[in-house]
Formats: sequence, structure tokens, C-alpha cells
Amino acid sequence: MSLRILVGCKRVIDYAVKVRVKPDHSGVVTQGVKHSLNPFDEIAVEEAVRLKEKKHASEIIAVSCGPAACQETLRTALAMGADKAIHVEVSEAEYATLQPVHVSKILAKLAERTQANLILVGKQAIDDDLNQTAQMTAGVLDWPQGTFVSQVEPEGDSLKIVREVDGGLEHIKVKLPAVVSADLRLNEPRYATLPNIMKAKKKPMEKLSAKDLGVDIAARIKVVNVAEPPVREAGAKVENVDELLGKLKDLGRI
Amino acid sequence: MFLSRCVRRIHPGTSCRWVSFNTNEHEQLRESVRKVVTNDINPCIEEWEAKGRFDKKFVLKKLAEIGALGITKPTEYGGLGLDYSYNVPFLEEIGMCRGAGVVTGVTVHTDMCCPALIRFGTEELKQQFLAPSISGEFLGCVGVSEPDAGSDVASIRTTAKRDGDDLIINGTKMWITNGTQADWMCMLANTREGKAHKNKSLICVPMNLKGITVAKKIQKIGQHCSDTAQIFFENVRVPASNIIGEEGQGFMYQMMQFQEERLAAALAIPNQLDKVIEETAEYLATRKVFKTPLLDKQYIQFKLAELKTEVEAIRSISYRGAQQIVEGEDATMLASMAKLKAGRVARDVVDTCLQFHGGMGYTEEMWISKAWRDCRLISIAGGADEIMLYIISKYMGICKD
Ligand SMILES: Cc1cc2nc3c(=O)[nH]c(=O)nc-3n(C[C@H](O)[C@H](O)[C@H](O)COP(=O)(O)OP(=O)(O)OC[C@H]3O[C@@H](n4cnc5c(N)ncnc54)[C@H](O)[C@@H]3O)c2cc1C
Repeated sequence: MSLRILVGCKRVIDYAVKVRVKPDHSGVVTQGVKHSLNPFDEIAVEEAVRLKEKKHASEIIAVSCGPAACQETLRTALAMGADKAIHVEVSEAEYATLQPVHVSKILAKLAERTQANLILVGKQAIDDDLNQTAQMTAGVLDWPQGTFVSQVEPEGDSLKIVREVDGGLEHIKVKLPAVVSADLRLNEPRYATLPNIMKAKKKPMEKLSAKDLGVDIAARIKVVNVAEPPVREAGAKVENVDELLGKLKDLGRI
Repeated sequence: MFLSRCVRRIHPGTSCRWVSFNTNEHEQLRESVRKVVTNDINPCIEEWEAKGRFDKKFVLKKLAEIGALGITKPTEYGGLGLDYSYNVPFLEEIGMCRGAGVVTGVTVHTDMCCPALIRFGTEELKQQFLAPSISGEFLGCVGVSEPDAGSDVASIRTTAKRDGDDLIINGTKMWITNGTQADWMCMLANTREGKAHKNKSLICVPMNLKGITVAKKIQKIGQHCSDTAQIFFENVRVPASNIIGEEGQGFMYQMMQFQEERLAAALAIPNQLDKVIEETAEYLATRKVFKTPLLDKQYIQFKLAELKTEVEAIRSISYRGAQQIVEGEDATMLASMAKLKAGRVARDVVDTCLQFHGGMGYTEEMWISKAWRDCRLISIAGGADEIMLYIISKYMGICKD
């Protein structure tokens, strides 16, 4: 079965940025901060491209939900090898409360619209670490799911999947259409090449709104307060184990 | 850093125009170069510093894979034919190698040995030397300086005498970056008697020919992973058709390609210096002296702020020079100013930052000590600071030489 793959591409604050909380505690500072494609989504894109290179897939459609800047993130996915992109525009204000429950409904609608039979997403986004989108999307569509995968192998109308679970690896087989979420060891994403970066500029990008898809993205949560984690206190060096045990006793930890 | 990296230029009589160095495509290229530098190159630097040269095959392959060896080079020979603005993120990011020797070696290859060949070389010469340089098969070097001629390029002594359809080359080239491992050299030599500015030619010389000996690998105070060689040429025979462009025009061609060389040298500096300042501030934030972190001292804050401003000045001059190249204008003055400023500011930044590190700054352990040794070169190679001042004063019309 030839795959039509829908890949989730979330735009997140770059992993190397030191994230700061806004002075009014309503969220984190995003203005003027470097953003990039969520690293786990990058792995998902890479896997899709490899599936296409191995002739298992016929088309790769990259999707991003969020403000206009998400189009830059989509261009990265296109430069890596996605064929086309869909930008579901969500205003900055709405984006602040957009959650997996909304995104999964959008992805489900887009799967119907594009006739995708595989939805590939990262296991989580490095900004909110929610780890729910794949699972909820499978729920909305009533498709089977393979989460935290480190290996994917198409076989007839199924996928042979290796999952990373506590204490080892789990081998499963899921029937297509399916939802898969990528774990860290699935692959090592390629670097976009300059020729492909330039070609990506000309690849088609469709713009939609949640309304176009009939998905209600009204807020389900209210952000009450965002605070910095407590600052780590300076450590001290001890000379030997006895001193260490003594200190721990003094602190009442042992 | 967050300012839009645009340069505005107003042409008399036309509307103003912006050349952008940070479109999404520029940024994606930057990202790919950054990945090669952080994931592939930087982990090897220590090993290459010890060996005294970087691994040319590895570095060229990694850069060729992302298309970074042919950014502005003609598409007929495998390049991407993009305008010079795309070279800017490449140079800024390659500058972030944690050993400037790689930066020197790579930029000699990408920006210094090829401009004249691209502008004036024949189709055959470009197929033979440019195409494999873009694909990463060949490493290039520049052979201008000699033991008795550095600042005064016109006084070089190497000769390339005509013998039938060939040239016979004799002489010594000195300070040749990539000299022990280059596959070809863009060499400046005297091809006839006569006036020093009209008797020279640029010649493509394959480095595996009979009569070429690497006399020695020069031991330097820094940039250890860049090999620098003295090279003897003894009756080395190359076809006369290896002359780039017109015979006798070599001096002029070299003066032209010095612009790309100097601008590239300058563009590779600012991001690297920003990093030095940033890491110094991080260190000073944790280093307590007289009970408070050093970074809390206003003297230190102001010093770092001053340096940061100077770094931004290098960037601005360089961007304007890059803009001139994009527009096809003469960038000599701005390229010379950029190189001068880069050399001077780099010395100031690394010296001040080393000072603020105290004893730790004087150890091999810290990157700052390497940056200090490595950066000293900028004010010497590619034309000393004083030569930049000489060019600038000529452009000002106050030097009548
Ligand atoms: C590590 C390294 C790599 C190099 N790589 C290459 C390479 O790949 N290819 C190549 O061809 N060359 C290369 N060079 C050579 C470099 O370009 C020369 O060293 C430089 O041009 C200076 O020439 P010189 O060393 O002969 O110094 P000199 O010409 O002897 O000058 C010495 C000093 O005199 C001063 N001076 C010179 N002229 C004037 C003046 N008119 N007025 C006032 N003061 C002046 C300057 O301070 C200068 O530094 C490299 C050099 C080094 C150190």
C-alpha cells in the first residue's frame, strides 16, 4: 500500500535558547527568540522522507498550526523533502491556549481532506512536553497507533513497528491507516542542503484556518501563572564519603 | 542580534533598495552550516590541532553535501549561482568553528583561490579546477606571498617562463595556507620582464607535479589545525593555457580577488567574537572575587558592552561591503576597512576577555586562550593592518603613491 503521509511540524523555541518568563507571568518570551522545527517532528519528517526514498510513500504533506511564522518552519520541512505544506493559521492570542485536543482534531480533518493514510508526528514538542497529540489524533480518527517508535517498516497494509517502552523494546504491527509518533532514536535527521532550500521556496503551501476545517479552537484552559523554576543553589565539594554522609545526615536526608 | 540584518543603500536618482541577509533561505542555510560546524567539525578540532592540519576530505565532504562549497559559484560547474548575500550566513557560521585554523583553511578554499578563475578563467580551466573544488574533490590554496615579498606583492620573484606551449615555474612560495594538502594552487608569478604591475599572471598549478616540494610545515603560535607551508618550485612544467585570463594581468586580477578574500576574512569574525564575549560573561557571572561575581562590576559590564559595540561595527561595515558585491560595485574600500576593523577588534576582544579570566585565561584548558592565539593572525594574513590603512588612504586621496 502506497503511503500518503501527513507530518506534524510544530514551531518551537530553539532547544539552545535559554527560555525566559515574561515579566507579567502570562507565558514565556517568544518575541525575538530563535525558533525552529520541533526536534521530534524533525525526526518524523526525516522518517517520512526516508519512506518516500524507499518508494513506500507517494506523497509527504507537512502541517503546522500556529501564527504566520510557522510557514518558515514548514519551509524547513519542505527543504528536507516534504512535497507540500499546509499552514493552519492560528492567531497569536488563540495559539497561547491551543492544545493537543485542538491540534488532533485539525490533523484528523486534514487526514480526510488529503486522504492521508499515515500521520507521523513527534512524540512530544520540546516547549510544552505534552505528549498527547498522536494519541488523541488516533482517538479522534479511531485509527490504530504506534507511539514512541524507534523503527517503522511497511509490510502490506500494515506497519511493523518497534516501540521504546520502559525496560525494553516492544514489537507491534498496526494496520493502516495509522498514527505514529517518533522517538529520539528513530533516525538522525539530515541537514537541509542549499539546493533543496532553494527548491523548497517553490513548493506549494496551502493556507487554511481552523474554521475552514470546522474545528473549534476555543480555549479549554486558562493560564493562571507561569513562573521560573527555582534557581539551583550552588553545590559544594566534599573530600570523601564520610564527609558526604555526615553532610547528608546534617541535612536530615539520611 | 535581533535587528533585521538588512542594509539600505540609496542610489542617486533611483528608489532605495534593500539587500537582505536574513530571508528564510539565508537562515536555513545558516542552520545547516551551523549543524555541520557543531555536530561534525567541532568534535574533531582537538585532534586536528594536535595533528597540525584539519582532515580535508572530511571537511570538504561535509560542506559539499549541504552545497556550501558552491554558494555563489556558477551553476555550470556545480555551484548554485546565488548572489553574494548567501555567502554571508555561510561565512558567519563557518567562523564559529572552535579552532580558527579550519576557518582559514576553508575560506581560502571557498573565497580566496577561486574569484579570478571564475571571472577570467577559460572553460577548460574551470572544468579542471573549479568544478572539483565545488564538489569537494579538490582543495585549493593561494600562492602569492614569498620569503621576500609579503606586503609588497609586486616584488615577488617566482618566474613562469614560456617554453613552447608550456610554462616552466621556478621560485619559493611562503606562508601557504593548506599548502601541505592542497590539490591545486592559484599562483601569482612573473611571466615576463618589465613593469612589476604588468609582468605577472595568475596560474592554476596542480600540486602533484614533479618539481614541487613542501619544504616545511611552518610552526605557528596559533591556528594549529591549519597547515601553513613553504613550498619550492623547481622547473615545474604546466601548460601555458593554465594562465587565468590574460597573461600580464595577474597583479591586477589578484588585487581584485583580494576584495573577496578580505571581506570573507572579516565576515567570519563577528559571530565568533560575540561568542567569546558571551562565554566570558557566563564565566564572570560564576566567578566570585571579593565576595561578588565579577560580572557585577560595572567596569567589566561597560568593557564588554564597548567590545560588543565594536563587534557590531565590524558586522555593519562587512554587510555594506557585501551589499556592494551584490550590486556589482567596487568593494575595495569597505572590504579593506572591514578587514582592518576585524583584525583590530578581534585582538581587543580576545585580549580583554582573556584578562578577565585571570589565571584560567592563561591555561590551555580554556577556549579563550586558543581564541587569543588564533585571532592574532587576522591583522597579518591577507594583508597586514598597515596595508589596509595604505589602501584606505589611497581611496581617501591623501596618499599619492
Ligand atoms: C598563518 C598565515 C597564513 C598565510 N596564508 C597565506 C596564503 O595562503 N597565501 C599567501 O599568499 N600568503 C599567505 N600568508 C602571508 C601573508 O599574506 C603575509 O604574511 C602578509 O601579507 C604580510 O607579509 P610579510 O609576512 O611578508 O610581512 P612584511 O611584508 O615583511 O611586513 C611586516 C610588517 O610591516 C608592516 N608594514 C608592511 N608594509 C607597511 C607599510 N607600507 N607601511 C607601514 N608598515 C608596513 C606591517 O605591520 C607588516 O605586518 C599567510 C601568513 C600567515 C602568517
